[in-house]
Amino acid sequence: MVEAIETHHSEAALREDKGANLNVADVSHAFALHGALLPVLDRVSFTVEPGEFVALLGPSGCGKSTLLRLIAGLDAPLTGTIESQGEKITAPHPSRVVVFQDPTLYPWRTVWKNVALGLEAQGRLKAERSRVDEALRLVGLSGFAKAFPHQLSGGMAQRVALARALVNDPDLLILDEPLGKLDSLTRISMQGEIVRLWQQAGFTTLLVTHDIEEALLMATRVIVFSDRPARIKADRRIERPYPRHRDDPALVALRRDILGLLGLEASW
Amino acid sequence: MSLLSSPAEVRTDAEDTRLQRKLAAVSWKRRFTALAAATAWFAVAGITLAWPDLGDWGRGYEFALGAGGLAILFALASLVPPPFQRFAGKLYDFAPWGIVSGIFFAVWQSLTAKSAILPMPFFPPPHAILEVFTDDWGKLLESVVASLRLLSIGVAIGGFVGFITGVSIGWSRAIGYWVHPIMRFIGPLPSIAWLPIAFFVFPSSWSASIFLIALAVGFPMAVLTWSGVANVNPAYYDVARTLGANSRFLILKVALPAALPQVFVGAFMGLGASFAVLVTAEMMGVKAGLGFYLQWAQGWAAYANMYAALIVMSLMCSGLITALFKLRDHMLAYQKGALKW
Repeated sequence: MVEAIETHHSEAALREDKGANLNVADVSHAFALHGALLPVLDRVSFTVEPGEFVALLGPSGCGKSTLLRLIAGLDAPLTGTIESQGEKITAPHPSRVVVFQDPTLYPWRTVWKNVALGLEAQGRLKAERSRVDEALRLVGLSGFAKAFPHQLSGGMAQRVALARALVNDPDLLILDEPLGKLDSLTRISMQGEIVRLWQQAGFTTLLVTHDIEEALLMATRVIVFSDRPARIKADRRIERPYPRHRDDPALVALRRDILGLLGLEASW
Repeated sequence: MSLLSSPAEVRTDAEDTRLQRKLAAVSWKRRFTALAAATAWFAVAGITLAWPDLGDWGRGYEFALGAGGLAILFALASLVPPPFQRFAGKLYDFAPWGIVSGIFFAVWQSLTAKSAILPMPFFPPPHAILEVFTDDWGKLLESVVASLRLLSIGVAIGGFVGFITGVSIGWSRAIGYWVHPIMRFIGPLPSIAWLPIAFFVFPSSWSASIFLIALAVGFPMAVLTWSGVANVNPAYYDVARTLGANSRFLILKVALPAALPQVFVGAFMGLGASFAVLVTAEMMGVKAGLGFYLQWAQGWAAYANMYAALIVMSLMCSGLITALFKLRDHMLAYQKGALKW
């Protein structure tokens, strides 16, 4: 256990210059629904250190994805502020990239051109074409550069979406249940792949998930949310080395702890 | 190549003979069909030459020659032994149509020029229509050029304006607020209904026709472009925005390509509508083009010319639609096999 903590700290030290920090302060949000306000986030506050891998865990529909949209700058919170690197987040920025639950690849673009999307939008594609090839290589899809999305399996499509995010060299990678729709085998291999990419590049990662096991296997920290409107119920560090095993007693204990927090202590 | 030839190496003798028998059956069926087509077209040639015409039409001899030539081609194809049949592959594909069309021409010839069972000036024999093509092709060509010119200018203007309108109301709520009601009110009106007004508002019947064609094309184009742009998956925009896209990028690189399949449906509908307006406008006022030729031929009771113009017209319209679909297949190559033509 002690060894594990040390590994974790030295890894964090190596990456210190890379990831962005994040400060979510007293954020509340609500949707207008049939003329009434439906509260989805209730005074959520937390900070994330550079290079952390934080899982946001909570029941389906509790408002985690809404929180991610606010952090990405796609929507603005009703009250409270979200800052990264000391600056308030008001609009999307390519240093904070989102991978959504659906790969949402553009069907009219080849895999290569889908990955190139960010560089093209920022007017950097001409100078940095090799980055696209590099990102495809990172996710193991170099051979599919000329394929169209409809020719890919679900797992491959999600890997392309991951490459499309990584090509921008983000400081903050925002993952909105990216593995939610994949079959369990593809899911397990991609969990490992994402952790490997995070270890290599050192960006800060936020992962929204409702899968406790996924959070425990991947993240360095789990923030547990309540039912809607989402409030923070607990904030747990997972100081275990990678690759992790789901039968690790420390993880099993944490899992029981979190199930209890979610009101599911009887389930196993 | 090695992939194709490898099954032959492992094929057993029994399989070999079975395959050979099957191939032989296919080749006999082909030869028989070609023979039937040859017979039908020999009959067309025979009826044309041997049975005297009741009226005075030219090009009977040439028509018989053509029919006979076709018959000889089919006859030759029916004589070709199996190993060489691939040289006449297209001819075998066409042979069933060859039989049916041969019978059609033989019956047509018999009912018109030979027996006048179908009333005389209204139903000319096939060689009378051939005569129009050989003797009046200059005027026909001139008409095609005039029609294409009018059509392409009208379609280009209408397509462009419709496309821009559709994109604007799909993208901007403010533009949609003002333009949408007008479009809903005026759009469904058949463009032809404007014809009387257009002919005295515009300086010439030619410019009036361009307006009418543009109107006919513009409405379906605008509606379908609009619905295409309005129905773009909002997640596409989220993705582009988080990757640093500005609105220009969102319109040109996200909204437009996503809406393109719908745009082509609009273009298809618009082009179809434009043919109707073109022909009407040419019949009503423009003194050139296939519609005018049709009207003029009818005025002179030159019914063979009328049928000839109809054939040219259908070739032109069908060719244009085919060209549109080719362009669509080229631009939407990523989504194979959506709409067939």
